[in-house]
Amino acid sequence: MRHMMSPLDLTVEELDDLLHLASDIEKNPDKYAHACDRKKLATCFYEPSTRTRLSFEAAMQNLGGSVLGFSSADSSSAAKGESVSDTIRVISCYADICAIRHPKEGAALVASSKSGIPVINAGDGGHQHPTQTLTDLMTIHSLKGRLSDLTIGLCGDLKFGRTVHSLIHALIRYPNIKFVLISPEELRIPSYIRQDVLEKHKIPFVEMERLEDAMPDLDILYMTRVQKERFFNEEDYVRMKDFYILTKEKLALAKEDMLVLHPLPRVNEISVEVDDDPRAVYFKQVQYGVYIRMALILTLLKWKEEP
Amino acid sequence: MLNISGIHEGFVLDHIQAGTSLSIYKDLKLEQLDCSVAIIKNARSSKMGKKDMIKVECPIDALDLDILGFIDHNITVNIIKNDNIVEKKKLHLPKQIVNVIKCKNPRCITSIEQELDQIFILTDPEKEVYRCKYCEEQQKKKKYRK
Repeated sequence: MRHMMSPLDLTVEELDDLLHLASDIEKNPDKYAHACDRKKLATCFYEPSTRTRLSFEAAMQNLGGSVLGFSSADSSSAAKGESVSDTIRVISCYADICAIRHPKEGAALVASSKSGIPVINAGDGGHQHPTQTLTDLMTIHSLKGRLSDLTIGLCGDLKFGRTVHSLIHALIRYPNIKFVLISPEELRIPSYIRQDVLEKHKIPFVEMERLEDAMPDLDILYMTRVQKERFFNEEDYVRMKDFYILTKEKLALAKEDMLVLHPLPRVNEISVEVDDDPRAVYFKQVQYGVYIRMALILTLLKWKEEP
Repeated sequence: MLNISGIHEGFVLDHIQAGTSLSIYKDLKLEQLDCSVAIIKNARSSKMGKKDMIKVECPIDALDLDILGFIDHNITVNIIKNDNIVEKKKLHLPKQIVNVIKCKNPRCITSIEQELDQIFILTDPEKEVYRCKYCEEQQKKKKYRK
C-alpha cells in the first residue's frame, strides 16, 4: 500500500501518469462520477484549513464517494489526549482513504506507518504539503504543456515558504529548468536549498531583489506573500514591500504567455486589477487542485487494491 | 609506560580523539555495565600524536556499536575473545540511528506522540548530516569538546 507524504514519493513516470489522469478527469468528468461509489474519504484536520479540506471533499464527492472527518483538534479525540497512531488505527476501520492535516511536522508519516488505508499528507506544519505542489505542477503542465524548458520566478518569502521549497524539489527533476529567486535579503532561499539542491544538481539560478528586473525573462511567476513580521525592522519592510506587489504596470513587462501562480490566500501581493489578465491563473489553479486530488485518490485506491 | 592488564572477553576502543574518552564513556552508558572498564587518556600514538583508549571487559553483545559509529566512526574497535583480538572493526556512520539522540525541533511530531522512536537517517555521509525521519530537521554529527 502506498501513501502520499511528499511530492517526491512519486517517480517522474508516476507523476506523468497522475497528471494525465487529472487531465482526463478535467475533460471527461462524467466518466469518473461514480469511480468511488460507496468509498469513504476521512478528512482528519487537526488544525483549520478550509481551502484544502473543501478541495479534498469536493474531489471525493466528484468521484461519487462520501466524506467523514473532523476539522479541528478540539472536535477530535486528540482533545482527550489520543495519539495520532491510535486515531489512524480507528479511522482505518471507518474509511477507505484518509487526508490528514496536523500542525506537527511528520504527523502524517506517523499516521501512515500505523494505517490500514492510504494516507495523504494534507499539510504537516511547515514541513510538506504535497497536494499543493501537485496542484502547482498540474497548473503549469496543463497551461504550458510541459514541465521542462522553463524559467520560473519565485517571488516573496523564499525563506519560510514551504510551497516554494517543495516546488523547487519537484521541478529540478525535469530538464532545462532555470530559477529566478526574487526576494528581500532577509527572506532569501535557505542555504540548504541553494547549496544542497540547486548547486548540487547544477540547476541554473539567479537571485534578485526587484521583481521588475526579473519579469521579462520569466515563463512562470510564482508569487508568495511577504509578511511584515518576518522583517527585523519596519524601515526595511516599508522599503521592500512595494517591490513584491504585482501590479498591471509590472505585468506589462512580462511575456505575453507568462503565467502568474499563487498558492493563495492572497493578501495584497497581487493587485486585484491583475485578476482579469489572462496570465493570472491562480483561481484556475484552485480548480486544478480538485482534479489532481481526484486523480490522487483514484490512484492510491487503485494501488491499495493491487496485489 | 602505564600497563593495564589484558581482557578475556570484551572490547578495546582505540584511536579515540585525545580528551574525549569520558564523554564517550557516558554516551555508551558504561557506568550502567557491571564490568571492568579502563580509561586511558593521552596515550602516545604514532598516528594521532595523542589518543585515548577504553578497555571494557564484557560480553561482546553488550555494546551498541551503532551508537559508537555515530559518536566517532574513526574509533577502532578491537573485539577480544579468549584473550585474543578476533576482529579489528573499523566503524562506519550508521545509516540510521534509533533512540540515541532526540529531535530538537519543537514542531516535530516526536515532541508529542507517545512512545514514538527517535529515528535519524544519514542523508549526507560526506558532511555527516543526519535528519529526523519525521520532520527532516538536520542534526549534525555530535562534536565532542575536549
